[in-house]
Amino acid sequence: MEQSLFTANNVWMMICTALVFFMHLGFSLLEAGLTRQKNTINILFKNLFIICGGLLVYYVIGFGLMYPGEFNGFFGFAGFGIESPENGNLVTYADGGYTYWTDFLFQGMFAATAATIVSGAVAERIKIHAFMLFSIIYLAFVYPIVGSWQWGGGFLSTLGDYFGQEGGFYDFAGSTLVHSVGGWAALMVIVVLGARMGKFDSDGKSKAIPGHNIPIATTGVLILWLGWFGFNGGSVLSADPALTSLVLVTTSMSAAAGGFGAFVVSAIKFKNFDVTMFMNGILGGLVGITAGADLMSPLESIVIGLISGALVVFAVSWIDKLKLDDPVGAVAVHLFCGIWGTMAVGIFGDKAGLQQLLYQFIGVFIIGIFCSVFAYAIVKIIDLTMGVRVGKSEEVEGLDIHEHGMDAYADFGLNDH
Amino acid sequence: MKKVEAIIRKSKFDEVKKALHEIKVNFFSYWDVTGVGNEKQGHVYRGVAYSTTDIQRRYLVIVVSDNYLDKTLNTLMSTARTGDVGDGKIFVSDVTEAIRIRTGETGTPAIS
Repeated sequence: MEQSLFTANNVWMMICTALVFFMHLGFSLLEAGLTRQKNTINILFKNLFIICGGLLVYYVIGFGLMYPGEFNGFFGFAGFGIESPENGNLVTYADGGYTYWTDFLFQGMFAATAATIVSGAVAERIKIHAFMLFSIIYLAFVYPIVGSWQWGGGFLSTLGDYFGQEGGFYDFAGSTLVHSVGGWAALMVIVVLGARMGKFDSDGKSKAIPGHNIPIATTGVLILWLGWFGFNGGSVLSADPALTSLVLVTTSMSAAAGGFGAFVVSAIKFKNFDVTMFMNGILGGLVGITAGADLMSPLESIVIGLISGALVVFAVSWIDKLKLDDPVGAVAVHLFCGIWGTMAVGIFGDKAGLQQLLYQFIGVFIIGIFCSVFAYAIVKIIDLTMGVRVGKSEEVEGLDIHEHGMDAYADFGLNDH
Repeated sequence: MKKVEAIIRKSKFDEVKKALHEIKVNFFSYWDVTGVGNEKQGHVYRGVAYSTTDIQRRYLVIVVSDNYLDKTLNTLMSTARTGDVGDGKIFVSDVTEAIRIRTGETGTPAIS
């Protein structure tokens, strides 16, 4: 490969890294907008913590666990910290797609994304210490170990061996490896945490707790869509012209169809044009296409997106019916659409087939069990030792003033719904 | 002198103000208030229907001489009304004294 092509590949991968970094702004704004004014500092603090803590943890242990090199397929560790191999910045590393440094930072941004999914679901009631501890442990072990099973060359990537066949589980950019991993954790933590005060009345009926800044949340969603060009586009792992541009098309088509599916279904189901469902639908479409963004035709990506969007609306009401409280719809978007998108690889696109569908199911199932058990254990231990939920008065008056001693809008007295 | 307090829809404010100016009621104060009442504002958020008890209205305080009272009330009634629940209320009370701070004038001359 020519040096100029290597340079072009690496530049594209660094742009994608920056775009994935930008997604953290999207998550911050979305979560802040869909929650109440009195908890805004807390949300922003958690999001800053995730990107900083996530990168540091990924440096110390995550990268070594996720890409252990030659290993038994289940658990391996390349060592603490990062150190460029001899050819780390040469064209021979990773087929000239990117350098070792780009590799680390791109993957590090991904890791932080998985943890940030939890932040929105647990908003407005989790102790800040408990959240920080949980996300660090989860990011240090669960995310990279699961990642090593597939992207690190572990047993899921060669699942076919167990059936005497070629191939294995497929997850292009992380519908399962990133989004479901975050989604399972979010689900387990909200099970332990319980619903926010006032979310369900004494008859168990769900009540609305509207977010305080819908324009900010909308900004966040559009930023996330932009960031997804890096998330999926970068997962090509080079600047391959045909593949990167196809991936950007399928990603956008699915996002558009997802938004469409969600607002139409929610308009039929609830008789209103709910912009927050529209937002979740766009994100659902993005999560849904992530597993097979490089395999689908534009039409197939539209179908995947439409189903993702519709699924989000049903999942949001279903989670409500289970008396679970997810203020931003993180479980509906990242877990439900993550699973759907991963299964869709066996239904649509270049790899479609019964055998592939089985691989996809096995991957989803094993990762689901592993993440849930691990997440539940961590949050339960934290709950029994230091407590995971804030006190009543803190919750009523807001986490900002109690956990942080700050106001997000010091000069404004806004209405408190 | 009478004090007329009117709680009206914000959307009707400009119309009311213009009509009051037309009958030469040139001075009054107002502020935005939040209240509760019979009006139910239907909302749906993420599939859950709810109605907010917060009703946003504008509160006008107009002090007029006795012979302006009927005109003022008629104007308010004709301009602030839509016919739907939530048009607001008017309260009338006696005012014992009015003083213009700059000149020291008292009574009706102080408010005209």
